[in-house]
Amino acid sequence: MLRFAVTRILMAVPTLLIVAIAVFALIRLVPGDPASLMLGDLADATSLASLRHNLGLDRPLPVQFAIWFQNALSGDLGRSITSDQAVLPLVIERFWVSAKVVMAAVIFASLVAVPAGMIAAWRQNSALDVALVAVSTLLLSVPTFWLGLLLLLFFGLKLGWLPVVGYVSFSDDPWRALLYLIMPVMTLFLHEIGVLMRMARASALEVLRLDYITHARAKGLSESVVLWRHAFKNAFAPTWTLIGLMLGNLLGGIAVVETVFTIPGLGRLLVDSIFARDYPVIQGCMLFIAVIYVLVNLVVDLLYPMFDPRVTAE
Amino acid sequence: MMANDTLLAVEGLTLEVARAGMQVVKGISFTVAPGELLGIVGESGSGKTMAARAAMRLEPPAVRRVGGSIRFEAHEITSMPPAELRRLRGARIGMVFQEPMTSLNPSMTVGRQLEEGLVLHRRDLSADARRRLVLDMLDRVGIAEPVAALSAYPHQFSGGMRQRIMLASVMLLRPALLIADEPTTALDAVIQREVLELMVDLTRDNGTAVLMISHDLSMVARYTDRVIVMQEGAIVEEGPTRDLLQHPRHPYTRKLLAAMPRRGPARDVNRASVPIVEVRDLVVQYSGRQGFLRRSAPKRALHGIRLHIDPGEVVALVGGSGSGKTTLGRAIAGMIQPSGGDILFSGRPIDGPRRGHWADYRLNCQMVFQDPYSSLDPRMKTGALVREALRLVPGMSGPERRARVAEVLDEVGLGGDFAERYPHELSGGQRQRVAIARAIVRRPAFVIADEPVSALDTTVRAQVLDLFAKLQQRHGFACLFISHDLGVVEQVADRVVVMQHGSIVEEGDRDAVFDAPRHAYTRQLLSAVPALEATPDGGVRLKWRFADEPLTIRETDRAEAERSARPRSELEAGLG
Repeated sequence: MLRFAVTRILMAVPTLLIVAIAVFALIRLVPGDPASLMLGDLADATSLASLRHNLGLDRPLPVQFAIWFQNALSGDLGRSITSDQAVLPLVIERFWVSAKVVMAAVIFASLVAVPAGMIAAWRQNSALDVALVAVSTLLLSVPTFWLGLLLLLFFGLKLGWLPVVGYVSFSDDPWRALLYLIMPVMTLFLHEIGVLMRMARASALEVLRLDYITHARAKGLSESVVLWRHAFKNAFAPTWTLIGLMLGNLLGGIAVVETVFTIPGLGRLLVDSIFARDYPVIQGCMLFIAVIYVLVNLVVDLLYPMFDPRVTAE
Repeated sequence: MMANDTLLAVEGLTLEVARAGMQVVKGISFTVAPGELLGIVGESGSGKTMAARAAMRLEPPAVRRVGGSIRFEAHEITSMPPAELRRLRGARIGMVFQEPMTSLNPSMTVGRQLEEGLVLHRRDLSADARRRLVLDMLDRVGIAEPVAALSAYPHQFSGGMRQRIMLASVMLLRPALLIADEPTTALDAVIQREVLELMVDLTRDNGTAVLMISHDLSMVARYTDRVIVMQEGAIVEEGPTRDLLQHPRHPYTRKLLAAMPRRGPARDVNRASVPIVEVRDLVVQYSGRQGFLRRSAPKRALHGIRLHIDPGEVVALVGGSGSGKTTLGRAIAGMIQPSGGDILFSGRPIDGPRRGHWADYRLNCQMVFQDPYSSLDPRMKTGALVREALRLVPGMSGPERRARVAEVLDEVGLGGDFAERYPHELSGGQRQRVAIARAIVRRPAFVIADEPVSALDTTVRAQVLDLFAKLQQRHGFACLFISHDLGVVEQVADRVVVMQHGSIVEEGDRDAVFDAPRHAYTRQLLSAVPALEATPDGGVRLKWRFADEPLTIRETDRAEAERSARPRSELEAGLG
């Protein structure tokens, strides 16, 4: 187990290194150089030269990369051009906002979709199965921004139950913070249910036709025990991988949902900084997103043997 | 009313596939007496499995019972409420499945799976008593370290071991009836015999009746008192096993019996001065599993094999799982790089893909694989599949190629529009014919056939073997015929080479090896297949060779354990 973990962690190193190089290269591909970008059009030659020197831009590329990489490793991702805030704290702050929405949505979606998918598979071709498949296909096909807008119209404007736009931090007012989060979470939740239910159903179908399920029935076990004790764990393994990929993707920011509900999340930060050409923030976001992606999948892989003991053996 | 000496009585059972309305079991009736061993024999699609599963109401959801009654110990199964049925399942009727790789839950320890039935049906037992029962049973079925086995997962055991665990799990509850659905089809001959003998012992000790379902008539004949023959959902014949075999009445039973492989007269093979293929001191070893920083010690699959095959000769390579026979076949075909030794074709070494002689060898050496479902590209039509093999033949024009393909397809009995069909439109036997056509279309001098008929039904197998023998006579190619089935080998081979643990343990002319085997392992292999003697009624009398020779169970365990230690990709490629 420990060896499996260490191997997987070491395997993440090259990936992250490649991401770092790509992110570093990005800003060098921009016409002009970062110094003139930072100081704006009106800067004089001396301050430009001194900033260049400070940023190390007058040195060869590999040296520049070494300096940048060293800084990145020590957590210094530079400062935002537009707001002059340090990039890393900014990125982390925004990440927590997105993460709350994403985690809540994915956890709820898994809790609903995985059992629903299993039940659909258990009663394959029944009316219930057809209905569940239809619902999941529908949810899968609806774009999140449209779904978000529908929810806004219905719960926000027509019924007036929930606040329409904005975000309140939990530390300021937990109750209102919760109210503001309900619709974004629901939007994401409804969309991910579709994906997860299809996957859960497909892998449950695969497992339910295997002999050990019939064997379990032949032992005299009740259907609920057969499903939960024998089918669930085995059918859940592929879905677990999907949940990992999903989390990795979504934690990188849910720009569309964040835009619809005007939540200050990581996705919005990235989009805004692209519009503002705030390169240090773009770099910081991308590097952070890549690290999160790798970490989430690492955790998923490490937990995988819980569902399938054959994995560690290999 | 049911007589006292009837345990299970099936009457007029009719099952149909719900959507298609097609009947898969057509009004069959039979009974099983307490302690009796009853066999149901039939080929794919005969409905034998469905009938047996229906006895526990475990038929798949797509299959519906449309008529008939099933009585077990005076209870009507068909109308029983689910809760009552569950009290019967496991406790009174147990079931053993065919595929040891999928019949145990991979994510649950063996101990928990074994205990599960006891927890459910034997509430009177304490946890300690359950554990003792489980350990005793594991020991009884020949698991070497029962305590360690409790916390192990199924994937840590070989196929034969899993089947023993399966048996243990079912017999723990001491059911009155055991339904065994092809219990050993996935195992090789020697392990098959071990598991079956264990099953017969366990059930006899307990007085359990056995309903054994199989496509293998000789296996059923060996262990059952009475046998039922099914064809296309109906029972065509039924009777005491020996009578039925010796005096079959129904044409289908005769056909099944006639399809059992049997020895023909020995052929004269011209001993050439130069063998077509010669293998000298061949060694294959797999590099050890790549760990994080180090590699484990390499595993040796073949230990210095010496072998020769003369032109036009059929040499059978036999052995159990993990004996290295498939590895040897693949090494000779050039699909595995040997770690040492030489392979010579017509006296010249072939020595790897870059050398000049290699191309000549590749043109002249072809292969037929075991599984006709995965050895043909599903997106290519039959004609294209066969034609592809001609691609690299120099100096052959397009029309010549097409003519050759048509000719060869005709030869294997797939003339007419078969060239335009896709593999999924063909039956298993037809697919294997395509595979054979593909192998011989180049008119090779040498064919390697790796278990070419073991995936086929009895009667189809007989036809394909017949075809293969005819083609071999006509075109005179030499053949390395790899098989674990000595019955088939007895029918086709000129010479037999027996392998065990990666070495050749015996070699000789077919009649010599079959009649006077010198090595103990050869005798064990032979003890799993009957010698047939025809009766005047068109039946057969089975004679079991060396049946009283003790089985060395531990030794075959080791062979299996070695197999499981092989690299995964090799396992998936279907070695063994």
